[in-house]
Amino acid sequence: MTIYGRTFTTTAFGIGLMIAACAPALAQKGLDEPFQAAFKEALAGKTVAYIPVAMNFDLTEGWFAGVKKELEPYGMKVVVRDPNWSTNAGAQALTTLISEKPAAIIVHNPDVQTYAKLMQRAENEGIYIIQVNMGSVYRSSAFVGANWIEIGERDTEAVVKACAGKSNKIAIVQGALSAAASAYTLKGVENVLAKHPEVKVVSSQAADWDAAKAKAITQTVLKQNPDLCGIVGFWDGMDIGTAAAVKEAGLTGKVFVATSGGGERRGACELVKSGAFDLVLSYDVPTQAEQMAGMIKWLVSSGVKPGSVKGSMYTTLIPVTKENAGSETACWNLSDLKK
Amino acid sequence: MGIKNLGQQGIVFAVFTALFPIFAIALPGFLTTANMLTLLQNVAVLGILGLAMAIVVIGRGIDISLIAALAVPPGLVLQMVQDGHSLSISLAAAFALSIAFGLVNGWLIAYAEVPSLFTTLASGLFLAGLGQAALFKLDVVQWSPGLDGFEKLGQGNLLGIPMPVVMFALACIAVAFLLRQTRLGAYIYAIGDNPNGARVTGIPTRPIIVLQYVMAALIGCAAGLIMASSVNSMPTRIFNSTLIYDVILVVVLGGIGLSGGRGGVVNVIIGTLLIGTMLNGMTIMDVSYSGQNLVKGVVLLIAVITDSFLNPRNEETAQQGDI
Repeated sequence: MTIYGRTFTTTAFGIGLMIAACAPALAQKGLDEPFQAAFKEALAGKTVAYIPVAMNFDLTEGWFAGVKKELEPYGMKVVVRDPNWSTNAGAQALTTLISEKPAAIIVHNPDVQTYAKLMQRAENEGIYIIQVNMGSVYRSSAFVGANWIEIGERDTEAVVKACAGKSNKIAIVQGALSAAASAYTLKGVENVLAKHPEVKVVSSQAADWDAAKAKAITQTVLKQNPDLCGIVGFWDGMDIGTAAAVKEAGLTGKVFVATSGGGERRGACELVKSGAFDLVLSYDVPTQAEQMAGMIKWLVSSGVKPGSVKGSMYTTLIPVTKENAGSETACWNLSDLKK
Repeated sequence: MGIKNLGQQGIVFAVFTALFPIFAIALPGFLTTANMLTLLQNVAVLGILGLAMAIVVIGRGIDISLIAALAVPPGLVLQMVQDGHSLSISLAAAFALSIAFGLVNGWLIAYAEVPSLFTTLASGLFLAGLGQAALFKLDVVQWSPGLDGFEKLGQGNLLGIPMPVVMFALACIAVAFLLRQTRLGAYIYAIGDNPNGARVTGIPTRPIIVLQYVMAALIGCAAGLIMASSVNSMPTRIFNSTLIYDVILVVVLGGIGLSGGRGGVVNVIIGTLLIGTMLNGMTIMDVSYSGQNLVKGVVLLIAVITDSFLNPRNEETAQQGDI
């Protein structure tokens, strides 16, 4: 460094000191942040409605708790309409909500069609629609959720990799045939299998999200193919049954079980630790809840016309394996989220 | 026995004996000991529920609330252990809940004389709702370390035979003994055959009806415990599934008439075996879910139609309350 350079640095440092010395004097008067008042006003007293396919399971309870935690401190009211697995009841709830005019509705679609028209109507009436995890054919202001195709692809890639050098026989345990999440995941599975002609699918059946059915199917498949090297399951809640069948056959560790879920500790991490699952792709529910709440804050404070902007926030998946299953951050506890 | 006298039971058994060799020849790996045990294991819980339903149906009733009795008390066991109670206290609470539930069902049907269909339809909804609203935190109640060892009930085996199959066999023997060897069993048949006649002859019909529902609830609870320990969780949402139709199917398909007073444990076993064989065979063949439903429906229709051809109903054979 030349002598000029050093002088310059010293001068700059001196000016910096002077500013620092003056700053406290200015701060004593306080400076109004010009946007926060409008933000608070836009949110206060507004209602956010939430229509899951049903309450009482880790995903929907987690989203509700997370969104409430984020929005209630700003004076927003978060209400839930629980259709308890009835598509009809859900459509009715949505229709009623449109006339009640909440600021935003979070919709968890049971299929790709049923709510599509209603959601479009709601946005025309000035209600923001945020779809979560299971999208419909209608793209609303925001979609926050897992990319099922990616889940199918990554789960299958892991299974194919685990099968390398083994029998190359795999089984697929699908969810319910009517559910878009199941069909999309299957597409992802097919995408990978198309690249691996050596892998043979010995069974691809729907277990209806039911652990007992998944167990029955897996047991029969394992008896027929004791050399099976991997299973792609579509949901951790159902694949408890898949894993139980593998364990009963004494094949834990020999059959690679990959599945996906919301990453709740008992449903995902504990089961990976016990060896029941080898991979759970978690779509981390608390993060999804935060993102939904973030979208709502942004949309409501922006005043943008509902339906005029449309975007997606696909969830960054957390692969839960033996390596991270013991860590504090890989999974979440519903009880903590509810606090 | 001529073909004319072939009852529902005989027809279903014939379908079973026709289907079984076809599967055995056409499907490599079907007729192996391991697969046979899997077949039985997969339908063991259904079979046990069929036995509970049989006791009630033979006494001219029906218990639609059986799935709630299967889901809620065992779910309570898993939840209580998760919350830190001991296994024995949790089990005691579950059995107490089952008995109370059976008593309420039985009292409403026997003393308040509400038809069993409506009573159990409503009480099942009530129990399932109670579970969801007050007892469980989540629909799927997860296994917890406090239950370790208990999973043997669903996953262990006795001399190579899976425990659920052993439990099904024990339940068959117990129910067969109850129905055929005890006075109580004879009374249940009498009540099912002709309730008023039974009462006139001095049989304490009302307490026996109450007892039937208590037994059904307890057997349901036992089946639920086997199921929960078999899949390491209790998916209480099973109440919303179509399982109850499968149970009625096993009973009716096996030849226990809904009009009461007929049939026994053998019928339940035959019905269970047919369902088990179909499910197992179709899983091996990798038939799609909708395809399986289609085949199930066709086989059932054939059985029912054949029955009504061979044993046409007329004024003489029709009974009051026949569905």
